Amino acid sequence: MTAVLRLENITKRFGSLVANDSVSLSLARGEVLALLGENGAGKTTLMNILFGHYVADEGRVEVEGKPLLPGAPHAAIAAGVGMVHQHFTLADNLTVLDNVVLGTESLWRPWQNRAAARNRLDTMSSEFGLTVDPDARVGDLSVGERQRVEILKALYRDARILIMDEPTAVLTPQETEVLFDTLRRLVERGLSIIFISHKLNEILAISDRVMVLRRGKIVHEMPTSGADRHILAEAMVGHTVTRPKAESMVSGAPVLAMQDVSLRAPTSGVALDHVNLVVHAHEVVGIAGVSGNGQVQLAELISGLCRAESGSMTLFGETIANPTPAKVVKLGVGRIPEDRHAEGVIGEMSIWENMISEDLRALPISRRGLIDHAAARARTEAQIERFDVRCPGPDAETRLLSGGNMQKLILARALSREPGLVLANQPARGLDEGAIAYVHGQLLAARERGAGVLLITEDLEELLALSDRVAVIYQGRLSATLDAKTVTPRQLGLMMAGHDPSEEQTGSGGAAA
Amino acid sequence: MRLELRESPPIWLAGLAPVLAVAAALVLCAGLIVWTGESVLEAYALLVKGAVGSRFALAETLTRATPLILTGLAAAVAFRAKLWNIGGEGQLYMGALAATWLGTGALDLPAFLLIPLLLVAGALAGGSVLIVPALIKNKLRVDEVVTTLLLNFIILLFVNYLLEGPLKDPMSLGWPQAAPIVDEGILPKILAKSRLHLGFVIAIVAAIAIWLVMRFTVWGYEIKAVGLNARGSAFAGINVNGTIIRTALISGGLAGMAGVGEVIGLKGYLTLDLSPGFGYTGIAVAMLAQLHPIGVVVSAFFLAGIYVGADSMGRAVNIPTYLADVLVASSVLAVLVSVMLVRFRIRRG
Repeated sequence: MTAVLRLENITKRFGSLVANDSVSLSLARGEVLALLGENGAGKTTLMNILFGHYVADEGRVEVEGKPLLPGAPHAAIAAGVGMVHQHFTLADNLTVLDNVVLGTESLWRPWQNRAAARNRLDTMSSEFGLTVDPDARVGDLSVGERQRVEILKALYRDARILIMDEPTAVLTPQETEVLFDTLRRLVERGLSIIFISHKLNEILAISDRVMVLRRGKIVHEMPTSGADRHILAEAMVGHTVTRPKAESMVSGAPVLAMQDVSLRAPTSGVALDHVNLVVHAHEVVGIAGVSGNGQVQLAELISGLCRAESGSMTLFGETIANPTPAKVVKLGVGRIPEDRHAEGVIGEMSIWENMISEDLRALPISRRGLIDHAAARARTEAQIERFDVRCPGPDAETRLLSGGNMQKLILARALSREPGLVLANQPARGLDEGAIAYVHGQLLAARERGAGVLLITEDLEELLALSDRVAVIYQGRLSATLDAKTVTPRQLGLMMAGHDPSEEQTGSGGAAA
Repeated sequence: MRLELRESPPIWLAGLAPVLAVAAALVLCAGLIVWTGESVLEAYALLVKGAVGSRFALAETLTRATPLILTGLAAAVAFRAKLWNIGGEGQLYMGALAATWLGTGALDLPAFLLIPLLLVAGALAGGSVLIVPALIKNKLRVDEVVTTLLLNFIILLFVNYLLEGPLKDPMSLGWPQAAPIVDEGILPKILAKSRLHLGFVIAIVAAIAIWLVMRFTVWGYEIKAVGLNARGSAFAGINVNGTIIRTALISGGLAGMAGVGEVIGLKGYLTLDLSPGFGYTGIAVAMLAQLHPIGVVVSAFFLAGIYVGADSMGRAVNIPTYLADVLVASSVLAVLVSVMLVRFRIRRG
């Protein structure tokens, strides 16, 4: 086999951090190479060097035997490297055809050859099974379709090497299957693919060979046929980590009850449509769904950031008409927001300032409008200790914390007051295995202590490991809850795509809608 | 070339950067002095002498710094909350108007009551004009840069109308000026044979008070938090709209007090040339101080020194006093660049 791509001894440093430490890899024609590693292991940095976003401090990149000009994305594109980013780089207000053609034509040409471009796109679509309407506005497409446009964009530029950065993060299990079929077809036609992921089962399903990156170094390399979950997980983390699983428990009184709650979204998107939901003490209720189906509104409602237009919400038996964040926190809701950086913390403030942000106007943190620095610091130090937040000290800037430690800070703030209801919105997103195990352990400990936990997640593995009951949200409608012990990922996947669950399994659970 | 965030900028760099930036601005402006054919060193020596070279010069600089400290604080507090108050000039005139309305004979009170009352009234007048843009920003998401800036012109024209009409002093021989403040309302001088008045002390006290509020109170925390991350603040339970309104009151109030100080401390009566743009210069003062309340005192002193010194230099050698504006502008630009260089490092590739 000839190598179409070769990276030799790539080293990239950011200050004192070594993001890539003498990494070498080669990719054969028609091969799918999986690049596995935790967040921060250096996968994305490596691919950004290959694609010319960064310049390596040391080492070289060769495509088809020829050295690649460093730091120049256009050179990478010309050499046949295409990249599908995790966050799509499409213009929502343009059509599919416009998006694909964008950037391939000289700005100085007064007119475009649309007919030729359309023909080429049509042939490519049918050849690779990537069907999308060339005249549809990208803003109107589903996430899976947008990803197809991204792939078409790369193919239109004659990509022979395709880099896929966490391509399944936004897809339902069924959409992932479709993507994998596409990738197999591309490989049959001689393309080579680098598939970046931290999801083990997907890597086992699609790749020919797998390389594991840890702390910037290649620590493991093997044909996928010889790999299994345990080998890969251990190689990725460096030691064995077992995520905790929920033990069965008798649930208690309801802590959250939503009846017929509807809510319009501020923009035209989906909102909540007659949602019924009950969460009891001593139980975890998991909400699955593809992102953008109303999870944001559901979480905002319980966080106190917006209010229902109709229906009622009851917290601990008390009906809440005009929730505010301060009010729900006071009632005993511990909230873990979806976006740590945008909502969870104020990055440029210190750790102690963030630790007290929810108790700003309460004793002992403040008295008559004056903040008691000593009390705030003492509490922060105790929480840092108890929740094992690794940081230089309470005065350090919060933005400098790693994702896992930032999440521990938020857990400390939300859970230390022993809330009766925990709202955990994507609590493990972007965390490494060790931190995920810690977060899951804390959520289960809260459940054991008597809290009800509402877990909103897109990760079915997480959902099924933690939940007692699960429901699926699709276009603002929440399904009946199902028993987490009997439901299968396949059923959930179908429900996430909008299919009626009653054909597959009958609902069971206290809050059937 | 790309910018990379520094993990923790060294302290010495953060302290040295503004000094180096001002030095860079002085070097840049040296080019302009060379162009006029005068000696650079002589010009700068004259400027320094005119600013701080004598008891009189120093008193003049401190007098000039007084309104700049207050308008600088007004901008610094508002900008901390990312409330872009460009309306300091208008709020200053509203404060001056309130002092004129109550201080020209409407109230018959002893000085120890009348002076505080005039200051409070001016602060309320300045604060309430900023409430309007703040409310519109909260309710309708209208950009306050536009509304506060345009309000300046409305207020100035309103003052102009009042000075030509209802408030015009019949004894002014036709000049558009208001009646003089009564004796009980005049701030005492604090340095003999100078124009330096008690307003300077009030401004210093205000700076210390704002520093304490920002550092030790819930209000200060909320102002900072809302400015740094409004969404995160709302999530944590901070009343973001309420904080904006409160910030508007404080900021507008400080600018209003600057106007009161000029009327009852320096001029004695309201005219249309009460402020040569103190409200706008306050923004430069705040930027130069990187929004730190104590830094505002230093940077107001620095800018006042440049203006006063340049006036004196302009009388001695053939250099236009416009040099002061150029110096101030290039100092602010240089400091902004230096702040960026402290936070980021430049790397190739």
